[in-house]
Amino acid sequence: MAVDALQSATVHAPAAQGPAATGETAVVRIALIVVALLFFALFVFLPLVVVFLEAFQTGLQGFIAAITNPDALSAIRLTLIVAAISVLANLVFGVAAAWAIAKFEFRGKSFLVTLVDLPFSVSPVIAGLVYVLLFGAQGYFGPWLKEHGIAIIFALPGIVLATIFVTFPFVARELIPLMQEQGTGDEEAALSLGASGFKTFLFVTLPNVKWALLYGVLLCNARAMGEFGAVAVVSGKIRGQTNTMPLQVEILYNEYAFTAAFAVASLLALLALVTLALKTLLEWRFGDDIAAANGH
Amino acid sequence: MATGGTFLFRRPSVIPGFGLALGFTLTYLSLIVLIPLGALIVRSSSLGSAEFLRLTLDERTISALRISFGSAAIAALINAVFGLLLAWVLVRYRFPGRRLVDAMIDLPFALPTAVAGIALSTLYAPQEWLGPYLELVGLKVAFAPLGIVVALVFIGLPFVVRTVQPVLGDLDRELEEAAATLGAGRLQTTLRVILPPLLPALLTGFALALARAIGEYGSVIFIAGNIPFVSEIAPLLIVIRLEEFNYAGATVIATVMLAISFAMLLVINLIQAWSRRRFGYGG
Repeated sequence: MAVDALQSATVHAPAAQGPAATGETAVVRIALIVVALLFFALFVFLPLVVVFLEAFQTGLQGFIAAITNPDALSAIRLTLIVAAISVLANLVFGVAAAWAIAKFEFRGKSFLVTLVDLPFSVSPVIAGLVYVLLFGAQGYFGPWLKEHGIAIIFALPGIVLATIFVTFPFVARELIPLMQEQGTGDEEAALSLGASGFKTFLFVTLPNVKWALLYGVLLCNARAMGEFGAVAVVSGKIRGQTNTMPLQVEILYNEYAFTAAFAVASLLALLALVTLALKTLLEWRFGDDIAAANGH
Repeated sequence: MATGGTFLFRRPSVIPGFGLALGFTLTYLSLIVLIPLGALIVRSSSLGSAEFLRLTLDERTISALRISFGSAAIAALINAVFGLLLAWVLVRYRFPGRRLVDAMIDLPFALPTAVAGIALSTLYAPQEWLGPYLELVGLKVAFAPLGIVVALVFIGLPFVVRTVQPVLGDLDRELEEAAATLGAGRLQTTLRVILPPLLPALLTGFALALARAIGEYGSVIFIAGNIPFVSEIAPLLIVIRLEEFNYAGATVIATVMLAISFAMLLVINLIQAWSRRRFGYGG
C-alpha cells in the first residue's frame, strides 16, 4: 500500500505537499486546516474584528468625538512620552549589554544573560508593586521623597520605571545572539587599521546590527505603549494626568462607555497591526540579519 | 579586576569599552530590576516566618493562587494542542491566507492586554457576539472561570506556535520517507517519528505559555468577573490588597508568585539543556 501511494504520489501530488507516503490524505489535510483556522479565528482574529466594529458602533463621528476628548488626548500624549523615554533607556541599555556580553569573554556571562531576561518572567503587577514598595508613601524611600517634594508613584517617573521594567529585555535579547554570531573580527580589523573605539562602534558594529536593533525597538515600543498591569499599579489613574491609553480604556469600559473605550482601544489595536506588519516585513527582507527572529 | 594566575575574570581582548559597557549594564540592571525585586524579598522576610506563613495560608490567597495556576495550566494545555496543530498546518500545508495567519499569530504579543481583555469579554459576553450561541450548548464563558482560560489561551498561543514552528520546519523529511517505506502507517509515523523530536520544543512552548499565563493580569480582569473564591486571580488580589493599603498581604502573594516564576524559569532552562543534549537544539 505504501508503495502504491509512493508511485501515485510522484505523478499526482503537488511538490509542496511532498509525496503522499509522507503526507496526509486530502480529507485529513483539509480537516486539520479547518480546525486550526477555526481555532485561530475564535481566539485571535475575531477579538481584533470586535475592537474595530465596536469602535465605529456610533459611526465615524462618535469615534472622532471619543478620541478627541481631552482626557483621551491627554492619555495619548502621556503614552507617547512614556514610550519614548522607556524605549530610549532600554535601547541604550540593550546596546551596552550586548557589547559587553557579545564582544567579550568573562566569568558569569550566562548568568548575566539570564538576569537580563528575568523581567519577562515577572508578573506585570509585581513589576508595579516593587516600585510602590520602594517609592510609595509606605515605601522605603517614601518619607524622604515626600520631605523633598518628589513624586514618583502616582506620577510620570513611576509610570516610566514600571514600563522600563516590563520592556527591559526587548532590545538586548535581539542584539545579544546576533552580535555573538558576528564575533569580533570586523571590530578587530577596524581597530588594527587605526579607527578609534567609538568610530568602530559607529561605523562597523552599528551597521551590522541595525535591522535587529530596529526589530527590538519595534517590539519594545509596542509593549511600552500597551502595558497595563504594571502601569495600573503605579499610576493612581488620575484622569487627564496619569492615565495612559490602556488605563483610559479600562476606565471608559468600567463606566459602560463602551464605544469610547473601543475607540481608544482601536488606536492601540492599530498600533499592534502596524507593529506586526513592520515586524513581518523585517523578517522577510532581513531575516538573516535578525538572529532571534522567533520566540519571545 | 584580578588578572593573576589561576583566576582570570575576563579573557584579554583588543576591543575597548568593556569596563564602561559592563559597568553601565550592571548599574542599570541593579537599579531597574535587582534592587526593586530585592526590596520585595526584604519586605516579605521582615514579616517573619510565622506571619508570612499565616498570610500565605490565607484562604482567599490560596484560592486565588489555585485559580491562577489551574486556569494557566488548562490554557497552556489547550495551547500545546492547538499551537502544535497551527504550527503543523502553517509549516506543512499551503492554503490561501497562510502567510497572513502566520504573521497574525504574534498578535497576542503586540496587542495590549487591556484591549484583548475588553475585546474577548465583549466577544463572549452573554448578550453579545458569541455568548448566545455558547449559551445554547450550556457554556458560560464571560464573567465565569472559563473566561479566564479563554483570555490565557489568547495570551499564550504564540509561545507554543513560535517554539514548535522552526523545529518542525527543520525536521528531516527523509526520516518520514524511511518510516513509510519500512511499512509504518501515517499515524504511526506521526506518533513515533515526528512527535518525539518536537517534544522538547512543545514542552518549552507549554512552559513559556504557562509562565506567562500565571502572571497575566490585563486581559483576564475584564472577562473573569472577579468573584472572590470563584474567578479571582492572584495578580488581581495583589492589586486589591494594595488598594486596601495592605502592603504585607500584597507582598506575600507577590513573593509566592515570584518564587513560582523562578521555579518555572529553572524548569524551562532544564528542558532546553536536556533538549540540547538529546536532540541537538535548544528547545
